[in-house]
Amino acid sequence: MSEATYDLPSTRVAAAEQPAAPTPGYWKSVGQRLIRDPVTMFVTFVLLGILFITIGAPLVTNGDPFTGSVMTRLKPIGTPGHWLGTDETGRDLWTRICYGGRMSLLAAILPVSIALVVGGFLGVVAGFVGGKIGNLIMRVMDVFYAFPSILLAIAICGILGNGLRNAIFALAIVFIPPLVRVSETVTAQARQLDFVEAARASGTTTMQIIRHHVLANVLGPILVYATSLISVSIIISAGLSFLGLGVTPPQPEWGLMLNSLRQAIYVQPYVAALPGLMIFLTSMCFNLMSDGFRSAMDVRLNK
Amino acid sequence: MLVFAIRRLLQAIPILLGVSLVVFGLVHIVPGNPIDMLMPPEASPEVIAQMKAAFGFDKPLYVQYFLWLFRAMQGDFGLSVFNATPVMGQLMVALSNTFILAILGASLGFALGITFGMTAAMFHGKWPDKLFSALATCGVSLPHYWCAIVLVLAFSVLNDFLPAQGMGDDSLPLYQRLEHLVLPVITLSLIPMGVIGRLVRATVLEILGQDFVGALGAKGLPRWPVIRHVCKNAAPPVLAIMGLQFGYLLGGSILVETVFNWPGSGNLLNLAIYRRDIPVLQATILVLASFFVMLNLMVDIAQAAIDPRIRR
Amino acid sequence: MSAALSTPASTPVDPRDRGGPAQPMLLVEDLRKHFPVRGGLLNRQVATVQAVDDVSFSVRKGETLGIVGESGCGKSTTARLLMRLVEPDAGLVTFDGDTVGVPHGISINEMRRQMQMVFQDSYSSLNPRMTVSESIAYAPYMHGLPARQAHERAEALLGQVGLNPRTYARRYPHELSGGQRQRVNIARALALEPRMVILDEAVAALDKSVEAQVLNLLGDLKARFNLTYLFISHDLNVVEYISDRVLVMYLGRVVETGPVESIYSHPRHPYTRALFASKPTLDPDRRTTEMPLTGDPPNPINPPSGCRFRTRCAFAQAICAEKVPPLEAPLYGEGIGDSPHLVACHLPEAQAAMGVHHA
Ligand SMILES: Nc1ncnc2c1ncn2[C@@H]1O[C@H](COP(=O)(O)OP(=O)(O)O)[C@@H](O)[C@H]1O
Ligand code: SF4
Ligand SMILES: [Mg+2]
Repeated sequence: MSEATYDLPSTRVAAAEQPAAPTPGYWKSVGQRLIRDPVTMFVTFVLLGILFITIGAPLVTNGDPFTGSVMTRLKPIGTPGHWLGTDETGRDLWTRICYGGRMSLLAAILPVSIALVVGGFLGVVAGFVGGKIGNLIMRVMDVFYAFPSILLAIAICGILGNGLRNAIFALAIVFIPPLVRVSETVTAQARQLDFVEAARASGTTTMQIIRHHVLANVLGPILVYATSLISVSIIISAGLSFLGLGVTPPQPEWGLMLNSLRQAIYVQPYVAALPGLMIFLTSMCFNLMSDGFRSAMDVRLNK
Repeated sequence: MLVFAIRRLLQAIPILLGVSLVVFGLVHIVPGNPIDMLMPPEASPEVIAQMKAAFGFDKPLYVQYFLWLFRAMQGDFGLSVFNATPVMGQLMVALSNTFILAILGASLGFALGITFGMTAAMFHGKWPDKLFSALATCGVSLPHYWCAIVLVLAFSVLNDFLPAQGMGDDSLPLYQRLEHLVLPVITLSLIPMGVIGRLVRATVLEILGQDFVGALGAKGLPRWPVIRHVCKNAAPPVLAIMGLQFGYLLGGSILVETVFNWPGSGNLLNLAIYRRDIPVLQATILVLASFFVMLNLMVDIAQAAIDPRIRR
Repeated sequence: MSAALSTPASTPVDPRDRGGPAQPMLLVEDLRKHFPVRGGLLNRQVATVQAVDDVSFSVRKGETLGIVGESGCGKSTTARLLMRLVEPDAGLVTFDGDTVGVPHGISINEMRRQMQMVFQDSYSSLNPRMTVSESIAYAPYMHGLPARQAHERAEALLGQVGLNPRTYARRYPHELSGGQRQRVNIARALALEPRMVILDEAVAALDKSVEAQVLNLLGDLKARFNLTYLFISHDLNVVEYISDRVLVMYLGRVVETGPVESIYSHPRHPYTRALFASKPTLDPDRRTTEMPLTGDPPNPINPPSGCRFRTRCAFAQAICAEKVPPLEAPLYGEGIGDSPHLVACHLPEAQAAMGVHHA
């Protein structure tokens, strides 16, 4: 096609027929690409399933997660009435897994959300403003970054004492530095792009530039990164409970259940491994989902 | 090069100071004096005051910090408040045990990861590639404490092949003590294997995709220069991630050590938390985090030595 | 098409034209920007890049001033300084009689409405998340034009730059070719109805045939909208084709300026002549005997003292290292035409050597 000639009228609706404020129609195309990706769709359904059995636990099981009976202790998988077996105090494992997911998911997703807000804000500020403020933020983050994540989480939790609140706090602290780094990097990159300069050159204010040009281009990668952090978060937060530092008994929680069933591994080996399987599954789904998002958001990859 | 190395070294100092401040601050966020928490309620005030003075807990916080830091730099972390033995001794034993696991686990994981990653890249798009990618995705989302339990299940519970607990007595013959290592080392190797494998695959594919490498191959030149080129360019990023992964193994083995009852630094940390043994807690976290910083530093310098463009 | 855009070129007076035709559109005096270079053990400032050093020039209303020079000589920095995307260290910029960014002058924002810029990289200067018409409509919309009108203006402009709005308005940048994207960038620059446009290597990344089309388009638009251009390029042929006057830069300084015919037929500065000598030309009248430029330009960190060209100049004498040569009328011959031809060189014999043979 030659440069200056008009080509054939396309099937697209001309913009004149759809007056709209200049907002990006980009997210729609991302959604379309996601729907066409079988792996992402599959893991999304699995995650929705996990969400359903945990939040809707009373709908899928009529058992009680807290009471068991000595008569039904450590039954194997496939026992009538307890299709996933029972734990060391005779509580139905299926029921415990459904209810336990609530805590596990909460303790994994909430810290990442907190870190996303705090870290994302600090990172965007550091990346866009740069200079002394940006430098200060990044140097402080470097210090926290110097701790391996599990070590920092365990240290904070171990010192503050166990409990769900402290675990969430500890994990949020752990996830802020990586989110600041990612946000800072992508923002600083976006800031240097010519179109940001062009917007500045046409008199757009800093806040408008951040909202219309920087955030739109930066939010995607930050969110994708946060999703992949959830997959780490669920492993660490269950790990904290596994060590007895997170959720306290008799609350059901996958990591905690794994730890208490571990003592019974010689009696009911398969039952003992079940809660860990749930952690693994959830973590993997979040991981694959973030991979799917990442490729769906790359405009240049998918023409 | 030397300037770069010295500069990175100098940059590490404020980070290390920051780390020490965080560790110290963390312990003192919790209100109350560690001795008050430890002493039985019937202890007389004089005894408590005496204990505080003995452990230095009676001084103002900043004095405590500088004293602690000053001594720590000389390798003196004080006495454990739990059993009044030098913290340093306990820490050295625990650290060496952790090191054994981390080094073996990392070596195994790196070797497997590089092999698999290279294979996958060579067979790009064919079944070995797909199989490996699936395995690696599993590998990076594995809760390693669960994986440890599954391994125990498979090799100790269902089949009595390997020991599941501890590191074996000194009195045991060597091969039996080595047997104790097998399961923990395999467990620890899985995550680095997945991470390194994915990275090697991606890096090698990227380098192979460069035009001039394709041209080298197309001209039917010997494969050796191509391989050398690939290795030279893939080394810096792989090296960086290896360093990080080794650091994670050191600091993150606490969960695996718990499962296998391995008397390493993770175990020590765990005990210190339960005993509220502040000096041990502080020392363990500080030393592990400092290792991590130094490791990153060495990786940076090694990277710059391989690839001069990285020097800034 | 909006009424404002269809203003015919015959309309004699732009209400924004305050100084009249004699008042230069842009007057730049002693503009300077030195970037700090950090390094060393403590990341201290160890040196400065003298990217733009005491640059002065003027752009008349309705003319095209071309800026040429090797890459790294400070052309883009000059453009960014004029747009105030970078804060100058020193210097005054006067836009149509009003000093920019001082209390009683013209505000930076107002100046930016009247002066716009087109960047070299057509891809990165468009927001990948916005459609073509959103990108063009953005600035007018931000300046208070209702969304519908902003889009109408965007579509009118797309037509003006030769892109059918029905086909292109709702495309994303990656769905366009390089030439089409640069047309969009030009339309975007025109969306605020500026009086002056800075084109920083705007055609450098394009294929030769596309480049010619875009250059023609620029010429059309200039006539239609009464524009003044500052055209930056390292391509001497393109600059000759489009410019009325030319400014030659070397390492952050102006070495020669004058009307395009005068500079291209009688280049005076040894650097300009060397530059022309290294230019590939098909015109046998213009074959030169001059030594072409050899070696890389020295680092703008620690540039040579005195005349910055002296390290590559065949005529250099002791005085060249001691004193900075002022920009003056040539010491040999005379400037041609109505506007002065100025040269920054100490030695008449250096300017005398005839570089261009006339058959
Ligand atoms: N933001 C900056 N920081 C430091 N140095 C810069 C910056 N921008 C430009 N420079 C330096 O200033 C000099 C002139 O650059 P530039 O104006 O882009 O040249 P040109 O456009 O003529 O190729 C170059 O040496 C460049 O490295
Ligand atoms: S001033 Fe000297 S060095 Fe500079 S161009 Fe003239 S003769 Fe050459
Ligand atoms: Mg430039």
